[in-house]
Amino acid sequence: MSISPTSALSDAALQAAPSSKARGYWATVGRRLLRDKVSVACALILALIFLSALAAPWLGLADPYQGSMIRRLRHIGTAGYPLGTDELGRDMLARLIYGGRLSLIVGILPVILAFGIGTSLGLIAGYVGGKINTAIMRTVDVFYAFPSVLLAIAISGALGAGIVNSIVSLTIVFVPQITRIAESVTTGVRNMDFVEAARASGAGPFTIMRVHMLGNVLGPIFVYATGLISVSMILAAGLSFLGLGTKPPEPEWGLMLNTLRTAIYINPWVAALPGAMIFAVSIGFNLLSDGMRSAMDIRN
Amino acid sequence: MNDISAPVDMLEPIEDRGGAAQPLLQVNGLTKHFPVRGDLFSRRKTVRAVDDVSFSIAKGETVGIVGESGCGKSTTARLLMHLMTRDSGEIIYDGMQVGRALSLRELRRGMQMVFQDSYASLNPRLTIEESIAFGPKVHGMTDAASRVLARELLGKVGLRPENFANRYPHEISGGQRQRVNIARALALSPRLVILDEAVSALDKSVEAQVLNLLVDLKREFGLTYLFISHDLNVVRYISDRVLVMYLGEVVELGPVDRVWDAPAHPYTRALLAAMPSSDPDHRTETPPISGDPPNPIDPPAGCRFHTRCPFAEPLCANATPKLTALDRLGHQAACYMAIPGSGHSRAPAKQGDTA
Repeated sequence: MSISPTSALSDAALQAAPSSKARGYWATVGRRLLRDKVSVACALILALIFLSALAAPWLGLADPYQGSMIRRLRHIGTAGYPLGTDELGRDMLARLIYGGRLSLIVGILPVILAFGIGTSLGLIAGYVGGKINTAIMRTVDVFYAFPSVLLAIAISGALGAGIVNSIVSLTIVFVPQITRIAESVTTGVRNMDFVEAARASGAGPFTIMRVHMLGNVLGPIFVYATGLISVSMILAAGLSFLGLGTKPPEPEWGLMLNTLRTAIYINPWVAALPGAMIFAVSIGFNLLSDGMRSAMDIRN
Repeated sequence: MNDISAPVDMLEPIEDRGGAAQPLLQVNGLTKHFPVRGDLFSRRKTVRAVDDVSFSIAKGETVGIVGESGCGKSTTARLLMHLMTRDSGEIIYDGMQVGRALSLRELRRGMQMVFQDSYASLNPRLTIEESIAFGPKVHGMTDAASRVLARELLGKVGLRPENFANRYPHEISGGQRQRVNIARALALSPRLVILDEAVSALDKSVEAQVLNLLVDLKREFGLTYLFISHDLNVVRYISDRVLVMYLGEVVELGPVDRVWDAPAHPYTRALLAAMPSSDPDHRTETPPISGDPPNPIDPPAGCRFHTRCPFAEPLCANATPKLTALDRLGHQAACYMAIPGSGHSRAPAKQGDTA
């Protein structure tokens, strides 16, 4: 599609704009994203990790819980154990793929929950303004005072170990960050003339939020939240590492990294594998959110 | 250009109740002060953005508002649109008090506004058709009918619907966007359209086209305009009557020809003298007024213009002159020099005792 720069100096130029088919905003963004090779590669790798975690029981893998005392810490490429075995002789490939199930849940679910809560809070604070804004944003600032790792550990420690608790604590860690972004974006959009114009046409606050605010606000928040997924995965791995998240013998990348660290001098390559998975997923989400950001800036 | 022969559904305009003699809009004592937070120990201050402004707009006329930046023109527009709450004053639309006889929702249909920034006033995520159709939908039109109306209005503002309906605001030029904004305002069948610097950001040739379009639309839809601008030539071209504002107050108002030919307030004279002449032999040699407008946080007592007025006398600093009729054509000015027997040395003598 070619968009000619239109200057409208004469009536002829006024009509010179080529006709274009109706195309939704998100369709345009999707098309632009597909042209970005890095984003496509990241999306493919993430999709592969997701699908294998989802389909783990049907992939014909070894039992991830079945250990063997005589086959401990086998090297990568050992017959029958393509990615070696861990310190209890369990198949690493099976544990990495099964581990993706928990790791991805604790990586993504807190971000989704925080996205919902933080966006609502930020929209309300930004759109209503005044005292409500002050109340919401100052409360959020209290949480902001703590470093996120420390906050996550403190909440998890107070709630007790376990997956659900670590998801709750990570959600609490991310809500303030997303609320802040949502509030600042909303405040910016609310002061634009098209929102005034919508008010002048007699639309109520909910219609304005739905039609005029959400579409302009969600994009930047979404990009930010995508970037948080990698942070969430790393924090969740940290919680498991400290014994506050998943409990053994559950396979989970952070916990595996923790238990394998004693074997780092014996078999460093196998010990590094869970870390490599965390790295792959988090960098995948980071690059993808980067690609999203430039794809959503359709003005260029 | 348009071969749509079937009549297009439009929203029913607010019914004309008072007839031609009743002004479409009557504004009495409109006031808006913004609180400014001082530092910890100083008392609260206020910016007197709009101070006791009264005027009326007759049906079918175009009233211009001129003045320097910061004189309260745009605040007045936003107060009239009820986008901002006023501190005091009445706004009466065709004899109906807004909020009582006329609901705010009905007023929205009766009065629409075109903003200066053509880009910021369109949602970048909506197509042009969706932007225009939004208002009618809010007022109960079906999605299909409002889209038909949007396309019809695009044609009326000189944009071919098949080329423009599905485009996004960033894909079209500033002049085209302002046409879209005009179509969006018209979509609610308003009788009064407030044009807040609507052509000021356009380049001159496009500005002229949009002005002519506004004149044509006024005739076709029977509109009344409130035209706010700092461009005196444009105001003279389009307005029937003009209102000169200075620091939140109306200092002079009247038929545009009377005000241009016989400006009664020294501020109006200075404004007119500041217009660049297109004739190099009649170049403006001396600056008509010196200095910046005083800080509206702390406006001068008495006549607000006395600090910059070449004819100021002690009297001017004491009390504010009232808007006073100068003739039977509705020309009024708030200056002691125009008020007979005011005590100013240049004031005309009082003509007998005709009460």
